[in-house]
Amino acid sequence: MSSLRFTLSFLFLALFGMPLLMAADGPTLVIRNHLFEPEEVMAPAGQKFKLVVRNEDATPEEFESKTLKREKVVQGHSEIVINLGPLVAGTYDFVGEFHEATAKGRLVVR
Amino acid sequence: MWGIALIVFREVLEAALIISIVMIASRGAHHRGRWVFGGVLLGLLGSLLLALMADRLAQALEGVGQELFSASVLMIAVGMLTWHSVSMQQHGREMARDMKQLGREVLEGQRSLHGLALVVGLAVLREGSELILFLYGLVSAEEGGLMDLLGGGGLGLLLGALVGLVLYFGLAKIPLKYFFSVTSLLILFLTAGLAAQAAAFLVEADWLPPLGQGIWDTSGWLPEKSLPGQILHALVGYVDHPDGIEVVFYLGTLLLSHLLMRMVAHSSPPAPGHKAP
Repeated sequence: MSSLRFTLSFLFLALFGMPLLMAADGPTLVIRNHLFEPEEVMAPAGQKFKLVVRNEDATPEEFESKTLKREKVVQGHSEIVINLGPLVAGTYDFVGEFHEATAKGRLVVR
Repeated sequence: MWGIALIVFREVLEAALIISIVMIASRGAHHRGRWVFGGVLLGLLGSLLLALMADRLAQALEGVGQELFSASVLMIAVGMLTWHSVSMQQHGREMARDMKQLGREVLEGQRSLHGLALVVGLAVLREGSELILFLYGLVSAEEGGLMDLLGGGGLGLLLGALVGLVLYFGLAKIPLKYFFSVTSLLILFLTAGLAAQAAAFLVEADWLPPLGQGIWDTSGWLPEKSLPGQILHALVGYVDHPDGIEVVFYLGTLLLSHLLMRMVAHSSPPAPGHKAP
């Protein structure tokens, strides 16, 4: 696994060797009982940030947002980091695709 | 049950369309069914492995392991498909005049069949692991009955396969005269679409700059998540509000394939006396 990781990272650095810009820490979302907490999170406009999605349910969920162009599975009892921004001010809706009826939320950027 | 069917259908659709295109592009090649089936099987096996280590992959490379993995898988498929396009082009000019066109084309197809089988495997791999995670979640949470799961899963799979079959038989109806031009164009746009998807993953990983977000926005009249939007996305890489870099990768891939194909078509007629096996 680690040699694969090394090879992959080497490959990509070689291909796209460019400085990784550090992004500021952003808001954290928690998934509990197939609901997002909080339902609304804030982020600053015009800069990069990382959205952390922590899944406290036992089942996997998929964070999905059409407007943010993101789709990412988060395993049960696990968390993921989503790189976002810079975004223009506005409201961006997202859902948990595996429980779309209940898992809804939005990101307010300003 | 319908909710389950819809999600399964969405995941299956893209792979089904790619399998159809590969099947049609390798029409007449010996044992293509076996190769494609092998690709699907390998993809499923890989999905299972991937689902098992999904958590580790997600945490890898500072949390962007999943994105980089997807981008790599897509770029391998892009490479394989480009190779296919170029190798099909190799004897394209004589073939156009050759009455034994189909036979020759088939031989060429045979050579890149392994590559195409890999493309199928990678397509299954990309969607398969998500599907397995989703279904596993349902089973472990005991949400809904087993009947819902099997019924919904089966229905979604069936519908996805049906769309694939419709595409396959639709393409099979194209007269032989245009057949190869149509299939090579299809492969070309499919390749460009996959390259653009790879670019999107690299943006998500923060490895590439987006070069402008939402170059256009057609989500109003043809949302990418609608059925026609999804079919177009899988076939020609339709994106309803693409980043600039996606457009660059898309056009760049088209241009590069075109140049490679022209180079091959002009430079290397088969050596005299050399007969294909």
